[in-house]
Amino acid sequence: MPAVFDAPGIDYHAFAPEIVLVTTLVLLLFVDLVFEERGRWASSTVAGIGLLAAVVPVLTLAVDGADRSLFAGAYAVDNFALVLKALFLVAGYVTVLISTDYVAEGDYYEGEYYFMLVSSLLGMTVMASARDLVSIFVALELLSIPAYLLAGWRKRDLRGNEASLKYYLLGVFASAVMLYGMSLVFGVSGSTLLSDVGEALSRGAESQPLITVGIVFIVVGFAFKVSAVPFHTWAPDTYQGAPTPITAFLSVASKAAGFVALVQLVFIGFLGREDVWAPMFWVLTALTMTVGNLIALRQTNVVRLLAYSSVAQAGFMLAPFAVAADIPADRGGVGAATGALVTYLLIYAGMNLGAFAVVMAVARRTRSAEIDAFRGLFGYAPALAVLMVIFVFALAGIPPLAGWYAKLVVFKTLLDAGSVAAVTLAVVAAVNSVIALFYYASVARAMVMESPADAGSGRVRVPASLGAALGICALATLAFGAFPGLIAELGDLALLGVLP
Amino acid sequence: MLVNQFLILGAVLFCIGVYGVLARRNGVLVLMSIELILNAVNINLVALGSLQGPEAAVAGQVFTLFVVTIAAAEVGVGLAIVLLIYRNRASVDLDEVDLMKG
Repeated sequence: MPAVFDAPGIDYHAFAPEIVLVTTLVLLLFVDLVFEERGRWASSTVAGIGLLAAVVPVLTLAVDGADRSLFAGAYAVDNFALVLKALFLVAGYVTVLISTDYVAEGDYYEGEYYFMLVSSLLGMTVMASARDLVSIFVALELLSIPAYLLAGWRKRDLRGNEASLKYYLLGVFASAVMLYGMSLVFGVSGSTLLSDVGEALSRGAESQPLITVGIVFIVVGFAFKVSAVPFHTWAPDTYQGAPTPITAFLSVASKAAGFVALVQLVFIGFLGREDVWAPMFWVLTALTMTVGNLIALRQTNVVRLLAYSSVAQAGFMLAPFAVAADIPADRGGVGAATGALVTYLLIYAGMNLGAFAVVMAVARRTRSAEIDAFRGLFGYAPALAVLMVIFVFALAGIPPLAGWYAKLVVFKTLLDAGSVAAVTLAVVAAVNSVIALFYYASVARAMVMESPADAGSGRVRVPASLGAALGICALATLAFGAFPGLIAELGDLALLGVLP
Repeated sequence: MLVNQFLILGAVLFCIGVYGVLARRNGVLVLMSIELILNAVNINLVALGSLQGPEAAVAGQVFTLFVVTIAAAEVGVGLAIVLLIYRNRASVDLDEVDLMKG
């Protein structure tokens, strides 16, 4: 059968953010080649400017407002994609800011570091638009493979090696399982387009076993990515062993990318199949919140504590999935669940990046991330201590800091759904919010109430770029908390443009 | 068409691969087991694609090409990480890589 190939038309405006990122990648290689050791700051500058430049086309696309669809629907640029692309790019920019001094002082490879970081971000921006099994898979690998390397960037450190190895093995295993699920789902639908998959799955009653196994495997694959219990075991070790800026990046951007993929797969591809995925998400949500919080209670290392806290926070982000199908249409239906998740992701990014930035600033003096090293911080670095208190209380969800609004929208989603399962889940979430307060408050208590572990407590010198990152995160955390309308609008906007 | 046999072969390969990942303690052998899972995926994609008609057959084969290519990149990174571990500790036994706990 002779097939005629007609080249797809390419909308370059829709692709502009990705094109800017690819240009940045090429520039980074070039800068590294030309400047070598002399221009140590060149790489981070180019990466930072490139990421900010990529935000510009995202804004022009947002002003333009039209939903765009490329390659027969495999790649969509709608409000959901734009909001998340902006999140990824800004989170990436903050990561570059907190990396600048860390990488320059640590004698690590610099040009390659930023090259990998921007590659990973490119994968994330593609993920936000991917509406096809193949493009989701390619985006997932594009964002993961550089992250495996970045996690082990401290080449001669045994913990760094371990972080990288655990992340790699579990990540690759998870994506292999996910691919097996995709192959089964593809087998039922005969198409890789998510909208076609959605149609085929909701009427494919005779292939129920294939569909069930396929959906379960795909969800399990992404549960690894978002570090949901019981697939979280890599997260604390990787977070502790990886360079701290990369830990911040993984716990915010990489996790968000996993959730973005889940939104697209579940709310487009598996929309009619909530009988399979809703109970799964319910169990994942309850386990993730509870186990993450309980283990976080007995951590003595702040990075590890934040790792388990980010596992527990992932539980809150999974909650909208568990009840999405029960939300009545007059309360927004599946769109309300998406909005709640996006709101949570945006707020969580600010407060979590901020917390890691403070940990890095303090570690510059104490060379340690143990909670003991934070004792008496308020005495010699009051500004940092106040910022850390802001970020951990925001994570705990105390008004008027941003975290409370994130928690509020999730609870609202759960109560809007109104089913017994949803209300039970809301109770579990409420209990967990209280448990979480204990360990967040213990960090604050160590900083404010206790005296320093060592007598010589000189000032902590915070470099300009780290200070800028702290400023951005603090501003986001305070502004979104005080004026939740700002973020609510973004959350409401972020609807999937091509809901079937 | 005898699609069953292909699916059974795929499922068997998948199970061998998962067993290998869980039971093997040698880093290189774990990587090989992951490759087995990916091959199971490829067999599934091609077989199920051809079951669904000519267009799906092409889609399945294209998907397979993507999987093959990306798997190669993945294993390249994986071998680099295993090599790094070998250089630092002169062993690729995964059970020994457990400095961090709790």
